[in-house]
Amino acid sequence: MRRGRDGGAQDGREGFEMTQSNDKPEKPMQRARTGDSAPSGGLSREATIKIGQQLRAMYDEVVKEGVPDRFNDLLKRLDGDDKGGGKGPHS
Amino acid sequence: MSLDNATRDSILAAIPNLRAFGISLTGNVDRADDLVQETILRALKNIDSFEPGTNMSAWLFTILRNLFRSEYRKRKREVEDATGMYADSLKSQPEQATRLEFEELRAALEKLPDDQREAVILVGASGFSYEEAAAICGCAVGTIKSRVNRARNRLAEIMSIDDLDDLGPDRQTRAVLTADRG
Repeated sequence: MRRGRDGGAQDGREGFEMTQSNDKPEKPMQRARTGDSAPSGGLSREATIKIGQQLRAMYDEVVKEGVPDRFNDLLKRLDGDDKGGGKGPHS
Repeated sequence: MSLDNATRDSILAAIPNLRAFGISLTGNVDRADDLVQETILRALKNIDSFEPGTNMSAWLFTILRNLFRSEYRKRKREVEDATGMYADSLKSQPEQATRLEFEELRAALEKLPDDQREAVILVGASGFSYEEAAAICGCAVGTIKSRVNRARNRLAEIMSIDDLDDLGPDRQTRAVLTADRG
């Protein structure tokens, strides 16, 4: 599938910004379904970078919250299931 | 069931990212957290099928993604009333300008087909390679690339991001900043 034409950066995150001309439909069906009229030419580099930044910023806002108690408790409870008692997170 | 420490630690380590992915998919923190919880339960039930030494995070993402596809999508997406909810429910309240940007982006993501949304999040925000994202979504690498491209183009279109916008804060942000001052 890679025909050695696309000057490197086929993988990894930076590829996110490098592959905009690769816009061929995967399957005719899929294309019809998404009703995508294959935006011509792709985005400017600035626009691409900006979208990436916004996506990451939004995502990282959640990541920054860490692990809510709910999940710590859940794992503790699950871990305790066969250690007797098993009910109710302790400590 | 007893968890060995390594397993528990790698699950814990993946949770913040799983939540972020879940919120991106569902647009709703509570539903996302339910989804993450189901993911963990499912993972532990099937822990034997996890190959030690492989990427636990990618494995969990795969489970979450499949749960979302099979169950959550069946339920009608009830997110129309959720405007503002996403940012409101974050513990650390982003500042106003950022909040507006997030809401705009969230609304735009909402309009994407599921396959494009998951692709652009996995590659653009979660930081998976195209290969990893393809494995998570069970499709070819080229398919993921194409979906990411389309998603990005649609997002730009919906949010009116274009070449005009390459000078510092965008119009909306500037508008907010100005309004705040007045």
